[in-house]
Amino acid sequence: MFNTMLRKKSFGISILIFGILLLAPAFLSRFYIYFLAVIFVTALLAMSLNLCVGHGMLFQFHHGVFYGVGAYTAGLLLAKTSLPWWMAFVAGPLAAALAGLLIGMFCIRLNRLYFGMLQISLGSLIWAIAFRWYDLTGGDDGIHGIPIPEFIASTTSSYFFVLIVTGICLFLMFLILKSPFGSTLQAIRDNPERCAAVGIHVRRHQLITIVIATLFGGVAGVLFIIVEGSIFPDLLFWTLSLEIFIMCLLGGWFTFAGPILGAAIIVSLRTFVGTYTEYWTLILGVILILLIFFLPEGIMGYNYRQLFRSRAIESQVE
Amino acid sequence: MLRVTNLHKAFNDFKAVDGANLSIQKGQLVAVIGPNGAGKTTLFNLICGQLHPDKGKILFADEDIGKLPPHVICRKGIARSFQIANIFPRLSVFRNVQVSVLSQQRLSNKLFHPAAQLAVDETNHILESVGLLDKKMDLAGSLSHGDKRILEIAIALGNEPELLILDEPTAGMSPDETTTTMALIQRLAAEQGLTILFCEHDMEVVFGVAQSIMVMQQGKTIVQGDPKTVRQNADVQQAYLGDE
Repeated sequence: MFNTMLRKKSFGISILIFGILLLAPAFLSRFYIYFLAVIFVTALLAMSLNLCVGHGMLFQFHHGVFYGVGAYTAGLLLAKTSLPWWMAFVAGPLAAALAGLLIGMFCIRLNRLYFGMLQISLGSLIWAIAFRWYDLTGGDDGIHGIPIPEFIASTTSSYFFVLIVTGICLFLMFLILKSPFGSTLQAIRDNPERCAAVGIHVRRHQLITIVIATLFGGVAGVLFIIVEGSIFPDLLFWTLSLEIFIMCLLGGWFTFAGPILGAAIIVSLRTFVGTYTEYWTLILGVILILLIFFLPEGIMGYNYRQLFRSRAIESQVE
Repeated sequence: MLRVTNLHKAFNDFKAVDGANLSIQKGQLVAVIGPNGAGKTTLFNLICGQLHPDKGKILFADEDIGKLPPHVICRKGIARSFQIANIFPRLSVFRNVQVSVLSQQRLSNKLFHPAAQLAVDETNHILESVGLLDKKMDLAGSLSHGDKRILEIAIALGNEPELLILDEPTAGMSPDETTTTMALIQRLAAEQGLTILFCEHDMEVVFGVAQSIMVMQQGKTIVQGDPKTVRQNADVQQAYLGDE
């Protein structure tokens, strides 16, 4: 009973937040609209990673690669071919999912940390290609001024596009996590051996999860181009992957919306503290240490536990 | 129904199972006994596919299942519980059981349909039959030890098995809990026509409940037969019962 109430309440809150964000351009300056759009893109990326990390306990250490593959595919198609824009937008996520499938097929044979290590190596290979293949990718410089379709070229219209696509993706992720597939995935996270013993093909299930997560990662990559209009190899570099991993841990990796909060905090830090000092990562480091000591399940994870505790007491009283 | 012949499994130089034989008829309640380290759990792991035998055959319904992975063996109708409570601690009791019911109904890969509306009656029915219905919204990790063990049996029941394998179902339970659990197992066997294979330390429990007993020592099968035959067997008396 309590559970359904909570769910309804959180659904209402989500709709409210979405509505406020839709109205935001009316009273915010251009910089803040851009800033919010960056948060949405990053939040979608972190949420897609959390499908693997928080809900599947798959140590996807180099998720940034799939973001980059999505961005590069769409960006190159827009900049170098005369294909219609929507084809580029669809090709980005598909290419990311394909990369996810290929890399996942190798990594899935290994467990936990070894899975993550192999993924960093294979992912770095893709980064090296983007970095070295100067003729195609522009190498270290990347490609700037990618032609964005007219209707989403302005800051405000791109903001709406990013907000709506992110909203749809988050809703789809929510449905997936509430579906039998998501339920089974969480069971695999808790106990893969037991899952195999109840007839679940554990590795296949995990591989499908990776493909879904990388698909959404690719969508985030396409949204990145719409906001920034450029691509560069840092999108594929492992430090970015680490950053989004931290967003998941910071926000609360066993909760649904935690990574959104994590992304908002880190993007804000980067934007505002980053203007005062180059060493904003120092502050990130301090936050990380505090996090490990005081909130091992992240900010939202902490709230969630408090909630469960009070609920347990409630049921004892009854 | 299940026939194990001359099964061998070694870990490096240690022969954990070294010539095990077992035969189970449909509807029987069969116990495996033997001292610690006799190879009971290894034998169960071999039957369920967590391990693969070095030598020997495991026939289930006349099919050799020795080389199959666990999830395939499960789909053929063998479900198991583990010696250490093996549940999904972060999920609710209801969802623990629902996971295996969904797997049984081939719904595990379904996307975009709320799981909360699927397999609800089946799951509730199982929880009711084991007596956990009133705790269904509790977090599984917060249950008492005894309840966790019962939950494990409930998860295995979600697969609608023909053969249910229970690895020391009463390990770590108080005498009261042991009695209740064994009564539950007997009731399930009778009500649902289940065939059950289990291992157990408590001799009184085994001889009171089992219709057929297989005795293992150092990986070998000494004898299998009804309780009376086993009790009178000279090797068993010397090797096992004599110690008590």
